[in-house]
Amino acid sequence: MLEDVKYLKFKTYLNTYCPHCRNTFNYERKDEKYIVFKSIYKGEEAELKLSPYLDVFDVESSVEVAENDRLDDLICPKCKKSLIVEEPVCGECGSPVAELIITAFSKLMPFFICLKHGCTWHGLSKADENRVKLKIPRQDMPEQDMKLRVANHGEVPYGYTTELAQLEAGRCLQCKDPKCVKGCPVNVDIPAFISLIRDEKVDDAAKKIKETNMLPAVCGRVCPQESQCEALCILGLRDRPVAIGNLEKFVADYERKMDLVKVPVIKTKLKKKVAVVGSGPAGLTAAADLIQRGYSVTIYEALHEAGGVLVYGIPEFRLPKSIVNFEIDYLKQMGVKIELNCVIGNTITMDELLEHFDAVFIGVGAGLPVFMNIPGETLGNVFSANEYLTRMNLMKAYKFPEYDTPKPKGNKVVVLGGGNVAMDSARTAIRTGSTEVTVVYRRSRQELPARHEEVRHAEEEGVKFMLLTAPVKYIGNDQGILKGLECLRMQLGEPDSSGRRRPIPIEGSNFVINCDVAVVAIGNSSNPILFQTATDIKRNKWGNVEVNPETNQTSKEHVYAGGDIVTGAATVIQAMGAGRVAANAIHKKLSAG
Amino acid sequence: MFQIVRKQVLSKGAIIRFDINAPRIAAKVKAGQFVIIRVNETGERIPLTVADKDAFSGTITLIFQVVGKTTALMRSLKEGDSLKDVVGPLGKAAEVENIGTVIMVGGGTGVAILHHVAKAYKEAGNYVIGIIGARDKETMILDDEMAHICDELIITTDDGSFGERGFVTTPLKKYLDERYDIKLAYAIGPIIMMKNVCNLTKKYNLHTMVSLNPVMIDGTGMCGGCRVTVDNRTQFCCVDGPDFNGHLVDFDELEKRNNIYLKDEKDSLLNSIR
Ligand SMILES: Cc1cc2nc3c(=O)[nH]c(=O)nc-3n(C[C@H](O)[C@H](O)[C@H](O)COP(=O)(O)OP(=O)(O)OC[C@H]3O[C@@H](n4cnc5c(N)ncnc54)[C@H](O)[C@@H]3O)c2cc1C
Ligand code: SF4
Ligand code: FES
Repeated sequence: MLEDVKYLKFKTYLNTYCPHCRNTFNYERKDEKYIVFKSIYKGEEAELKLSPYLDVFDVESSVEVAENDRLDDLICPKCKKSLIVEEPVCGECGSPVAELIITAFSKLMPFFICLKHGCTWHGLSKADENRVKLKIPRQDMPEQDMKLRVANHGEVPYGYTTELAQLEAGRCLQCKDPKCVKGCPVNVDIPAFISLIRDEKVDDAAKKIKETNMLPAVCGRVCPQESQCEALCILGLRDRPVAIGNLEKFVADYERKMDLVKVPVIKTKLKKKVAVVGSGPAGLTAAADLIQRGYSVTIYEALHEAGGVLVYGIPEFRLPKSIVNFEIDYLKQMGVKIELNCVIGNTITMDELLEHFDAVFIGVGAGLPVFMNIPGETLGNVFSANEYLTRMNLMKAYKFPEYDTPKPKGNKVVVLGGGNVAMDSARTAIRTGSTEVTVVYRRSRQELPARHEEVRHAEEEGVKFMLLTAPVKYIGNDQGILKGLECLRMQLGEPDSSGRRRPIPIEGSNFVINCDVAVVAIGNSSNPILFQTATDIKRNKWGNVEVNPETNQTSKEHVYAGGDIVTGAATVIQAMGAGRVAANAIHKKLSAG
Repeated sequence: MFQIVRKQVLSKGAIIRFDINAPRIAAKVKAGQFVIIRVNETGERIPLTVADKDAFSGTITLIFQVVGKTTALMRSLKEGDSLKDVVGPLGKAAEVENIGTVIMVGGGTGVAILHHVAKAYKEAGNYVIGIIGARDKETMILDDEMAHICDELIITTDDGSFGERGFVTTPLKKYLDERYDIKLAYAIGPIIMMKNVCNLTKKYNLHTMVSLNPVMIDGTGMCGGCRVTVDNRTQFCCVDGPDFNGHLVDFDELEKRNNIYLKDEKDSLLNSIR
């Protein structure tokens, strides 16, 4: 029964609560007619244990309201008294209540609105309220139909409607000691922003998130919430956690679509200048923080478009480029200068930058594709995921020949790896006319590092998973073009240092997968191009820059670093967090003298 | 935007020279380095080796042969028009030292790149012997400039319409047989030419550098599309090259990899004509 709740059309259905007999029911506004509807609590009464507050009436007792009836005359179907009473008075302002409505999002919870003054209050004890909230199921994200979406590059999740967002926000228990916040790498005040959604102050909710996270529209879409905030949400113990990511996306999209984003006026203008190398999430965050503090900021980007992995890696169907461009425009409007086509180390060296800037932030990412070092890797149609995705996304090869970059084409595509990059490649392949796409991963399903949503989407779209399988050799035809991938089956052994069970090859289990394109998505390491000339910046044995974790300062004076170039390939939110740490430290240093 | 300040047709419609306003690159670029350009918003990124530079006026020279859609589009541009993106200088510069006598072998549009390297070797004080080849007189480029740079210059054409008839390897062999003081060879041109030059110089144990031109996208080591096999190891041409020890390069593989997009090039070109 309760399952039906989410299917109700909340725009036209409202819950009403009788102040005399504590009865709740729904009515629908239709051509200015009010039809009293069946209570959604029917049959759930015992379980809900909401008595003595709530009674349940039968659908038969619904009353149709005459055409000219005004709401003032609406009669409760149970006690037959008018809903309009002098008592109780509004809990906030003390004036008589004209109409009592349990608003849509608190479907299961009496929630009063005083229509005269617009004030609101809850009619249940905290304990009851929470118990009721536990009954609201997690609201699923409306998504593009899976048969349709494989033929386009449009975003898959449509995003919550206001009503769904309200309902989902209603689930949050507003914990005193919110665990979710601890799971967030930048400690977004999650209950606070969710509470603002409930108060219908969505723009304030957006501001709340932006206090700690500059790119909620991006993070709502790409953060691995199930292993961060949502992993720790207390609701997760008994039910599914609050859909924090979906709510974050809702808030950010609402703010953007309703044109509520205000470019802040920067009052203080300082003489000091900071250069940012790389325009990925780390660089963008550092730039935003510093420009707001009054520094003059210039971002240098090697590619012809700003955004880093957000534009060249993550595909349109997961993160529309218009969103990234919006954020970049926002930075520009704040006064950040962006110089594209500028490779630091080549076009301008680090030392030259330091002649003109008081500090430099390095956020050059982990751009160097890792290959497996197995025979046949240089055959035609064996791509790194970076190349495959760059062609498709940045260069828009999926629109070839409207765009000039040819698209790697293959009927049978294999993707090596099990992370987000692998899912993005596989789902891109599905959308560009491949008939069979197989993800080959050497561990088991449990260990797939990709976001759960991506794995689910990939499966729905027809991507096959060949788990516990490791490639050993590419096989080519006489033109040097890939025609197959020889693999070995694996089994899980003892847990290794990471706690995951180590895959061990099964001797003699070799077999060949026929394929004409292979995409290697087994990881990225740090891009060395900057360091070919900036040799005095200390790096570890993997090529990652070494920094002081408190300040993100490198071994070189005035030079800071953060994001994938420090951590190795990680996440958008971690890169953003690192950009902020560095911005704070740069500010501290530069304002000190 | 990067303005074309000068356009010159070097060979009837097919080989064209652009001088492009790119002061930052002009100030830095060294012989052997390249840039990646994109003509317009829908364009692809293609690498072009810088044939010359003028740091004073802030221009770089690009010489290209019309082979596909992008180069055809470039041919249609006029002086005063601009390229949307030019990024560089990319790749490692040729390591130019004064080592005595060097021999510079170039073919086709490879002569454009070769001439920049030859100039650098000459300026470093070397005795420079040049051998440049082309299909015919019409497609021969920069012979005047090469004549100016080189201490000795041999010109060959396949049909004999200019200079000696035949391939560059014939005069090269003669030099190798006659002179023992040559310390280094540089070969830049079509893959088949570089391969043949390397097969020859290998016999004479003459260290030979080649400049490779695989398919590239970013040019910064990010995509791995430019992988070449050198000494049985995978190298990223855009950051580890483009110049490599020619005796260790797997030319056959490079040729195959470069052929993958041939059909797309044609489709793309047809589409642009339509
Ligand atoms: C396909 C793909 C999917 C992903 N999916 C997710 C996901 O779902 N969720 C998630 O949290 N993370 C995901 N990630 C990881 C995430 O994108 C990265 O952790 C994050 O972008 C790192 O940010 P960054 O700012 O450190 O670097 P990047 O985003 O890599 O940006 C670095 C920028 O610096 C530029 N640059 C490099 N060298 C120079 C130079 N010398 N001069 C000037 N500019 C330079 C590069 O061109 C690039 O634009 C994904 C990564 C990929 C590749
Ligand atoms: S842990 Fe879950 S229920 Fe508690 S505040 Fe966070 S999102 Fe809300
Ligand atoms: S062109 Fe992309 S790595 Fe060399």
